[in-house]
Amino acid sequence: MAQSAQLNASILKKVAMALSGIFLITFLALHVTLNFISVISENVFNEVSHFMGYNPLIQYVMQPVLAFGVILHFVMGFVLTAQNSAARPISYARYNGAANASWSSRNMIISGLVILAFLGLHFYDFWFPELSYKYVAGEAPNATRYYEDLVHKFESPVRTGLYCISFILLGFHLWHGFASSLQSMGMHNKYSRFLSKVGYGFAVVVPAAFVIIALFHHFNN
Amino acid sequence: MKLTLKIWRQKNAQDKGGIVEYPIDGIEPDMSFLEMLDVLNEQLINKGEEPVAFDHDCREGICGMCSLFINGEAHGPDRGVTTCQLHMRMFKDGDTIFIEPFRAKAFPVIKDLVVDRSSFDRIQHAGGFISVNTSGNTIDANTIPVNKDDADKSFDAAACIGCGACVATCKNSSAMLFVSAKVSQYALLPQGKVEATDRVLNMVHQMDLEGFGNCTNTGACEVECPKGISLENIARMNREYLAASLKG
Amino acid sequence: MALDSKIPNGPIADKWTNYKDHINLVNPANKRNLDIIVVGTGLAGGSAAATLAELGYNVKAFCFQDSPRRAHSIAAQGGINAAKNYKGDGDSVYRLFYDTVKGGDYRAREANVHRLAEVSSNIIDQCVAQGVPLAREYGGLLDNRSFGGTLVSRTFYAQGQTGQQLLLGAYSAMNRQIGRGKIKMYNRHEMLDLVIVNGKARGIIARNLITGEIERHSAHAVVIGSGGYGNVFFLSTNAMGSNATAAWKIHKKGAFFANPCYTQIHPTCIPVSGDHQSKLTLMSESLRNDGRIWVPAKLEDAQAIREGKKKATDLSEADRDYFLERRYPAFGNLVPRDVASRAAKERCDAGFGVNKTGEAVYLDFAAAIKRYGTEDAYVKGLDDKDTALITKLGAAIVKSKYGNLFQMYYKIVDEDPYTTPMMIYPAVHYTMGGTWVDYNLMTTIPGCFSIGESNFSDHGANRLGASALMQGLADGYFVLPYTIGDYLAPDIKMGEISTDLPEFVEAEKAVVDQINKFINNNGKHSVDYFHKKLGKIMWDKVGMARNAQGLTEAIEEIAALREEFYKDVKVPGSANEFNQELEKATRVADFLELGELFAKDALHRNESCGGHFREEYQTEEGEALRDDDNFAYVAAWEYKGKPSDAVLHKEALNYENIKLVQRSYK
Repeated sequence: MAQSAQLNASILKKVAMALSGIFLITFLALHVTLNFISVISENVFNEVSHFMGYNPLIQYVMQPVLAFGVILHFVMGFVLTAQNSAARPISYARYNGAANASWSSRNMIISGLVILAFLGLHFYDFWFPELSYKYVAGEAPNATRYYEDLVHKFESPVRTGLYCISFILLGFHLWHGFASSLQSMGMHNKYSRFLSKVGYGFAVVVPAAFVIIALFHHFNN
Repeated sequence: MKLTLKIWRQKNAQDKGGIVEYPIDGIEPDMSFLEMLDVLNEQLINKGEEPVAFDHDCREGICGMCSLFINGEAHGPDRGVTTCQLHMRMFKDGDTIFIEPFRAKAFPVIKDLVVDRSSFDRIQHAGGFISVNTSGNTIDANTIPVNKDDADKSFDAAACIGCGACVATCKNSSAMLFVSAKVSQYALLPQGKVEATDRVLNMVHQMDLEGFGNCTNTGACEVECPKGISLENIARMNREYLAASLKG
Repeated sequence: MALDSKIPNGPIADKWTNYKDHINLVNPANKRNLDIIVVGTGLAGGSAAATLAELGYNVKAFCFQDSPRRAHSIAAQGGINAAKNYKGDGDSVYRLFYDTVKGGDYRAREANVHRLAEVSSNIIDQCVAQGVPLAREYGGLLDNRSFGGTLVSRTFYAQGQTGQQLLLGAYSAMNRQIGRGKIKMYNRHEMLDLVIVNGKARGIIARNLITGEIERHSAHAVVIGSGGYGNVFFLSTNAMGSNATAAWKIHKKGAFFANPCYTQIHPTCIPVSGDHQSKLTLMSESLRNDGRIWVPAKLEDAQAIREGKKKATDLSEADRDYFLERRYPAFGNLVPRDVASRAAKERCDAGFGVNKTGEAVYLDFAAAIKRYGTEDAYVKGLDDKDTALITKLGAAIVKSKYGNLFQMYYKIVDEDPYTTPMMIYPAVHYTMGGTWVDYNLMTTIPGCFSIGESNFSDHGANRLGASALMQGLADGYFVLPYTIGDYLAPDIKMGEISTDLPEFVEAEKAVVDQINKFINNNGKHSVDYFHKKLGKIMWDKVGMARNAQGLTEAIEEIAALREEFYKDVKVPGSANEFNQELEKATRVADFLELGELFAKDALHRNESCGGHFREEYQTEEGEALRDDDNFAYVAAWEYKGKPSDAVLHKEALNYENIKLVQRSYK
């Protein structure tokens, strides 16, 4: 007699982690592309930002989906971590984790928490002012304000530094996360090996691009 | 060789336990690690102290009984070996060696370095078999040809000795490598495919009940596995489980 | 008491079928009312427990390891024989029967061996159905290799881990029954005595090795599948925990012990490296398919090698003595184990040994690597004159066949066997002797059965390679399930047996007394101290070559050692806890008795046969010289208080189908 598959089965939790992670990776790809425009052209950046900020599909469909993905990924991350540490109540006196696994794979919770903290800062910097502008103050749409806001934020060396550190940790998180999500979904063949390599490239290029954007605006102005 | 051993001593399951230091001398590089512990135990007995309890049996790397966590690694610093095949030539004169039991909630300590791995047995009871009677009245062994690659991969998975190094070494104490090896062995053979859906659901369910952690794909288990069981098995089990879940 | 082997009448090929057609059966509803205890969960015990539970009996299975999967059958490497004739090379049930009787030097019971050969092919069918991943060819069908003592290829295998895979198959069958509640599994339990009620085996006393608790378990029949007694030599290829306690306890309660002197010394083991050695490691006999065994032809070369002045690879072909190929041209390196072992010992005793201790010969794969490499180069259309390429290709093929064995050797010895010849030396491996059983596998105690290596029945004086796995599974899957039903049929209305019976109380008290004696003994030496001393006596005087004088001395020395042991052994800790020294003490106490009976049996058998080689009885060429007129019998010993008082019973061996001749592998 078979057990039926349960939603809280360990493997399905991991699949949820993998799917939400891959979803967030696609979001990151979009985000970095849009941001990079700010390095190239002030006007185009303002235009696309305005589109993103006022398009109903993005605001009322994509944004909630994104929020759900983010929350799911974080909550599951905490749940899994709590279960994992409960699975070894007495820890080793000596544990040589570096002997058999990469730093990034062993410290997803650390890189994840840094990203979470960064997200708080990021919301404080951009999302909350945006909400306040649109819904609290109820100001009229202004398609030219985005670039200036952005540049203004990167005046502070402390904030720029925090952003850069977070992006580096994001790189570590992606380095393990991408390949890991393929494995969690059951992919382990020549295609997944190829995709993993793409993932390693992504884990380097995307955070590097974010760092360049931050530094560009900090030093350029 | 002269060594300092730091060994976990624990009288029984209720005792709190702790690390005790033992200096030892006269160890030869050709000795196996367990023979080194034999020497220590002989000395302890002669001094009127209790010898260190540790699991061991075949001492040729196949029974899966030995289970020491040595200097932070399951089965010690060598690769592709169990503790009984680890030789003292892997250490240097003057080294300090930490010796601890395999640790996991699902592997409670019985005494000193001996742990209870019956959780592995219970996972196997849940589905680690093909439901065929042992009457001998089956079809001729050569009736169903089996693709050689599949047969070889099935064998590679079946080579698991159930020692628990994967759990001990995993930062999450996950048993995925062990369970997936068993699931894969059968999933790859035509004989095992018949009840593959039930098998993976039942075994994973039992695995979760036993209190093992979740796999985060660090790959440490594959590195420390004395039999080189591949992570590919874990991916296969994930796939099998997903497919089984979709069947309802 | 006369021994009745209960061999059915009729032509040998029909005996087993006729027997099965006419025995008593127990109907399925009644099987539910019958309990069976199985001690040991190796190939024999595990397969028996699973099959009996499938049939409907309530099975209680016991093993001292933490899981049934760890029984020492797991370490068998090379393969399992079956008369499938998939190769079409002339194999048949008769030929397997003949080879086994001949390999056993005509000291096995014909009817049992024939039955074994008959059921051998069922084993392969069964294991494949169970998901045992046996080796296959590219066409998807099963592959075979050849083994010592035969001229056909009938050995099925799973790389060098055949025992592991077959045991895991039996374990999986057990798991299915444990999951259904039909087998109640007692891991980390050791049987310490048999309980006999009204002349029948009705239960056991076992110690829970975790808590130290002494438990009583009752059943309608008791099956012993506890393996062999090779550890009487201290150093052997057996597991550290392998012991004779269950077999010896039933012997003391009335089961006759047969042919204890028949011990197999396996030729291909890794030589002893020092005094600290705790066990010996076997390298599968399958290596002799491709490896060539040699020693230097000149004494000065052997000496130079021992002193480290020369290496094996320095010696040219002319300076090597391939002594097995020289002495036995027909079988060459594939002579049976006893013959190969003695030939290696003979060369080493003559001063040609090649390691520091002078007790090692070479097993060389250079020729095989070259042959395989050349073949592969041809198949792949590459240059078959390129030596480096051929060595590379050949090494890859050798690796695919024996990779795990080569790796094991490398880890232990720290030398690469792909480039330097391996060093090997014989070591104690298997015991053909064991509890005497009749055709039903029942001992001289009614209701007490003995299966697998723990009985004496199928291998005579020497076991052929890949036959142990065959016998274990045949007994457990296909023989015992029939014969035990015949025995149990009258007991169907008996109901559960109470463990409060005085027989249980008494047996338990004896066990507790022995344990308390050890705990309170406060002697000077550890258990291992005595075990090592016993092992040395056994190896020196009751080992590969024996003589009357040595055996007489051994008997006295063992008896004296036993006395010293009881006076002076020191067992730390207490009885009511996990106590590994106490476990060892109870086992070594039994080895100290068994060793003496072993020597006594060897002394009484004034002939050489198979694994029993008496220096006084050899041909001019140094081959074993049997005495069929006086010794074509099974020596079954009855316990009478101490080993020296054991009484000999003889079961005559009648060869109706095979003619007794001197074994020749020349």
